[in-house]
Amino acid sequence: MSEVSVPASGAIAASSRLDRGGLIRRTEGLLVPAALVIAWEAVVRGGWVSSHLLPPPSELVTTLADLAGNGTLLEHIGISSLRVLIGFLIGAGLAVVVGAAVGLSRRTEALLDPTFQALRAIPSLAWVPLLLLWLGIDEAPKITLITIGAFFPVYLNFVAGIQKVDRKLVEVGGIYGLTGYRLIARIFLPAALPNLFTGLRTGLSLSWMFLVAAELIAASRGLGYLLTDGRETGRADLVLVAIVVLALLGKISDSLLRWLEDRLLGWRDAFDSRPS
Amino acid sequence: MSHNLLDLMVAAKDFEALRVIKNVRFGIDSGEIVSLVGPSGCGKSTLLRIIAGLDTSYRGDVRIKDEPPHLHSRDVGLIFQEPRLLPWLTVAENVAFELGRKGRHDPYVTQLLAEVGLGDFATAYPKQLSGGMAQRVAIARGLFTQPSLLLLDEPFSAVDAFTRRRLQDLLLSVAGHHGTTLLLVTHDVNEAVYLSDRVIVLADRPGRISGQVIVDARRPRDRRNPQLAKREAEVLTLLNDGTNQFFDLSYHLAAAPPRWQAIRLSSLNFAI
Ligand SMILES: Nc1ncnc2c1ncn2[C@@H]1O[C@H](COP(=O)(O)OP(=O)(O)OP(=O)(O)O)[C@@H](O)[C@H]1O
Ligand SMILES: [Mg+2]
Repeated sequence: MSEVSVPASGAIAASSRLDRGGLIRRTEGLLVPAALVIAWEAVVRGGWVSSHLLPPPSELVTTLADLAGNGTLLEHIGISSLRVLIGFLIGAGLAVVVGAAVGLSRRTEALLDPTFQALRAIPSLAWVPLLLLWLGIDEAPKITLITIGAFFPVYLNFVAGIQKVDRKLVEVGGIYGLTGYRLIARIFLPAALPNLFTGLRTGLSLSWMFLVAAELIAASRGLGYLLTDGRETGRADLVLVAIVVLALLGKISDSLLRWLEDRLLGWRDAFDSRPS
Repeated sequence: MSHNLLDLMVAAKDFEALRVIKNVRFGIDSGEIVSLVGPSGCGKSTLLRIIAGLDTSYRGDVRIKDEPPHLHSRDVGLIFQEPRLLPWLTVAENVAFELGRKGRHDPYVTQLLAEVGLGDFATAYPKQLSGGMAQRVAIARGLFTQPSLLLLDEPFSAVDAFTRRRLQDLLLSVAGHHGTTLLLVTHDVNEAVYLSDRVIVLADRPGRISGQVIVDARRPRDRRNPQLAKREAEVLTLLNDGTNQFFDLSYHLAAAPPRWQAIRLSSLNFAI
C-alpha cells in the first residue's frame, strides 16, 4: 500500500524536537525558584529580616551538609519513606480491591459505598487521638493514618473509573464471549487505569501529608520529628531543611508514579501533548 | 419457511414509547449473504444488536441454529457501526482480541492487516489512526474471528470508494473461504446488490419489511453486469415505496437513459 509508508523518519525528527522543547521548559521552570532564592539570600544579608527567624539559603546548605554528614538525615529520610511506602501500599491495595468490588457490582456498592462515603466525611486528622489511644505511639498508628489518607482518593477515583467505562467497549467484550473475571481483566481494568493513576497520585501526596501529621504528634525519628525538634530548639534552619527535603521526596515519589503512568498509559489520546 | 442458520421474528421492539420495529420476519440459510437496506433510523442496527444478543428487550422469537441469541456465543460476530477499537491495545492486538495478548504475532493478523492496507500499522495505537483506518482495523478484527454468522453494520461507510471496492472483494473472499454467512447493513444500494444473494428492504416508522430483492447473478460478479443494475433499480423502487418523505426519484430513474441513471443512483444512495 502506497498510503502507509511515510511516518518513520518524520516521527523521529519530531520527537527529538519535542525533547529539546521539554528541556527548555524544564529549565524555564527553574527560573522563578532561582530568583526567589537569590532574593531571599539578599534580603537576609541586607539585614531586613533576622537570620534567626529566616536563615539564608547558604546557612541551610551548611545545616543540610551537617545533617547529611553525621548520617541523621539519611536515617530520618529512610524511616519516613518507609512509613509512607508501607502505609501507601496497604491503603492503595485495599482501595483497589474494595473499589473493584464496589465499582463492578451494584450489590456491593449498595452494601459498602454509603459506609465509605460517611467515613470519608470525617476529616482524617480527627482519627489521630483515637489511633493514639487504640494503637499506642509506635509505628502502628502512624502507618494506619497514612493508610487512611491513601485509601480514599484511590478508592473514589477507581470506583468512578470503573463505573464510567464506555458501554460500547463493554459490548465489544461481550461479543467476544468475555464474562466474569476475564471481562474485568480485559475491559474494565485497562479502561479504568487512567482514573486509578489519578487516584494513586493524589493518594501518594496525601500519604506524605499524613506522615507529617503523624510524626509531628508522636515520633522520635523521621522528618516530622525533625520539624518538631527544630521548633522546640528554636532552630528555623532545621525546620526549613526538613520542609525542603519533604518537598523533594514528595516530588520524586510523584515523578516515579508519573513515569509509570506514562509508560502504562501511552495509548491515551490526551490533550497533554500540547505544544509550548 | 424454516432457515437453518437464523430465524428472526421481531413482533415489536420499543424504546420507551417509541415503536422502532414492528413485525419484522426473515431468515438466513448457512452460507448466504444478505443485506439490509433502509432509511436512517428504521432499526437496522437494532436488529443486528438483537441477533448478536446485545438487546434482549423485544417481543418476538429469534433463533440462531435453533437457540435463542446469547451474547457470549462465538457463533455470531459483529462489526459495529463505529470502529470500537480498544484504545489501550495496538492495532495487531485489537485484531487478535479474541486470542488475548499472545495473539498479536499470529500470522493471520499480519495477513489481514496487509489485506486491509494497514501492514505498517501493526504496533500503532488507535489514537494514531484516521477514521477510515480505524474502521478497516475493525473489519480485520471481525474477519479474524471467523464466526459462522458475521453481522456487519455499515462496515465500509468511512472509507474512500477505491478502498471500499477492495474491502468488498476481501469480505467476499474471506467469507467464501470460511463459508461464513454474512448479514450486512448498508446505505449503499450498489454495494448491497453487488455483495448479496438477497437484499431485504426496510421501511421506517415503525421499521418493517417493505420487500426483498433476490440477486441471482452468478459469482464472481462483474460490477458492470447489467443484471445488477436492474436489481439495484428494484431495490430503489422498494425503498421509495417505503419512504415518502424523500423525493420520489424512481419515476425519473425508470424514464432516464442509462448514463443519467448512474448519476441519479449515486445521488440517491447519498440521500438515503
Ligand atoms: N438506546 C436507544 N434509546 C432510545 N432510542 C433508540 C436507542 N437506540 C436506537 N434508538 C431509536 O431506534 C431507532 C432505530 O435506531 P437504529 O440505530 O437501529 O437505526 P438504524 O436503522 O441503524 O439507523 P442508521 O442507518 O442511521 O444507522 C431510531 O429511531 C433511534 O432513535
Ligand atoms: Mg445503524
